[in-house]
Amino acid sequence: MQTDMQTPRVLITGGTSGLGLALVSELKRRGAHVAFVARTAERVADVAREYGAQGIVGDVARKQDIHRIAVQASGALGGLDVLVNNASDLGPTPLALLGDTECEDFERALVTNILGPFRLTKALLGSLAASGREGRGSVVLNISSDAAVNTYARWGAYGSSKAALAHMTRIWNEEMSAHGVKFLALDPGDMDTPLHALAIPDADRTSLKRPSAAAIEIADAIADLLPAALPGTVRRAS
Amino acid sequence: MPRAALIELLRPGDVVIANDAATLPASLQGVHPSTGMKVEVRLAARASLAPGDVLRFNAVVLGAGDHRTRTEDRPLPPPLAPGQRLQLGPLTAVIEELLGHPRLIALRFENSVMDIWAGLARHGRAIQYAHVPQPLELWDVWAPIAARPVAYEPPSAGFALDWKLLADFAAQGIVFATLTHAAGISSTGDAELDRLLPFDEPYHIPAATEQALRRACHEGSRAVAIGTTVVRALEHSAALHGVVVAGDGVADQRIGAETRLRIVDAILSGTHEPGTSHYELLQAFADEHILQRADRALNAGGFRTHEFGDSVLIERANSLVESGQGPLDTPGKRRDFCRTCERYSSEVRRCEADVIFSANARTGRAVRSPYTSRFLRAANVVQEPGRLSSAGRLVGCSC
Repeated sequence: MQTDMQTPRVLITGGTSGLGLALVSELKRRGAHVAFVARTAERVADVAREYGAQGIVGDVARKQDIHRIAVQASGALGGLDVLVNNASDLGPTPLALLGDTECEDFERALVTNILGPFRLTKALLGSLAASGREGRGSVVLNISSDAAVNTYARWGAYGSSKAALAHMTRIWNEEMSAHGVKFLALDPGDMDTPLHALAIPDADRTSLKRPSAAAIEIADAIADLLPAALPGTVRRAS
Repeated sequence: MPRAALIELLRPGDVVIANDAATLPASLQGVHPSTGMKVEVRLAARASLAPGDVLRFNAVVLGAGDHRTRTEDRPLPPPLAPGQRLQLGPLTAVIEELLGHPRLIALRFENSVMDIWAGLARHGRAIQYAHVPQPLELWDVWAPIAARPVAYEPPSAGFALDWKLLADFAAQGIVFATLTHAAGISSTGDAELDRLLPFDEPYHIPAATEQALRRACHEGSRAVAIGTTVVRALEHSAALHGVVVAGDGVADQRIGAETRLRIVDAILSGTHEPGTSHYELLQAFADEHILQRADRALNAGGFRTHEFGDSVLIERANSLVESGQGPLDTPGKRRDFCRTCERYSSEVRRCEADVIFSANARTGRAVRSPYTSRFLRAANVVQEPGRLSSAGRLVGCSC
């Protein structure tokens, strides 16, 4: 039985659909204290009720929402050990060549995928570092993409923003690991999610990874970085 | 000197302790439905730091208006009575009790815990004062290290710290530790109410901080508090347990000229006006004379004295141990002088065990209070009649 001191307190952005929702479910299943953020109040209430997680209505792309999210997450969880920056924006939909991309669409992808995670991490950095000092361990996991590495035509806004996120993740890690806060960017693979359907509407869904499978891998990766295992975690042999 | 130069005033081995409480948006505009009058409710205290313990708060109520009017000039709220409701944006509260003053109430929110956090986050504003007219956002009042939102006003000495400075501390062997203390409101605009300040403030001391302070004591290093709230929490814990013990507590003491500090050697603080509880606390470090001289020098130098202003580092004059004042003991190492025992000794450290000493003196036998036995276990102390010594670890004055 895990004591409350060891139970990780987790915040997931974009928690009402796709990978975010699967992570809410998986981390709740492992006994973590889970809070999540999403934009639509009704969806937030539904997911909160279904999974017994703490729902926070907010938009990580809005500067005014960031500290409101931080107050609710760190306040109601009594601190924070794990932040998963999952909420993402594709940029133009349907996807477009960079030359055809509206500046406003590019900007929205940047604000959601890189500036939002930066702001939220910064607002919660004190809580995360407090967990580091107290030996609870602390992890920021940023959801990346192979579009951050490979140059796919029509993925310019998304790919650029995710590349920036991956690079920022490494710099955060360089600066904060001495404070006990570890940063990791992970590419969950091509998943059968609403975001993927928006990007590639005619994809063969049977060839795509289930979000729940990706969520298990991500939960394992988080557990590997925490001193106390998440309940239900099978540690991979290293 | 600039903020980052704080490090030049510190020494390797010093333990710097800051309050990592973030500030709640604790100012709630609303209506008193019994009269239809507008009010501003400033949350001021709750019983503990527990995340679910947010149904009941003590609060100060002001009449219509906001921070742009000086608190002293704000209209009074309507007469308040138990049982009446307050509609505070999305939150509804019931007045449970008047706490000895017509503007100081105990209230109970009628919302769920989650709705209270959401309501505070979305509707609340940071408590602020007329000397900063522009509305403050939470990012203005959260120090870089701000963690759990449990303070009612910013523990503002923490504004002196940033991540660069903390990295420099580590590089120079200066230890950084934190506690979380629900810093309360600093002023109510009512002299009678202000005399009740500070209210009781719950705090939490992490195990890592207890260990860092024990090590500092063992090594004769200084404990440097970043702000008055840190002093209040650490000295409260030490008064209760004999040493600083990790865990939760509620600081209910006043600290002033008569207080003998057990733990904290120096404080980084804003400057405070005479007559305030913060100023009173600084008198535990330096007498009024010195503080007044410092005040004059600060005013002459054009330093800014409010919470977003400049800071002073005050090392206490009545330190129990005067490091390196005695004759040479071993080459390069001078003996320390213990003011309590008035003796030189190479073994002298801050006499953190003095609570236990006095208990011994009174009863003449082993102390059995739960606090001291916890201390004894934790510190691995061998107890002898009339004195304490440690097995391999200094915990008290061995004079």
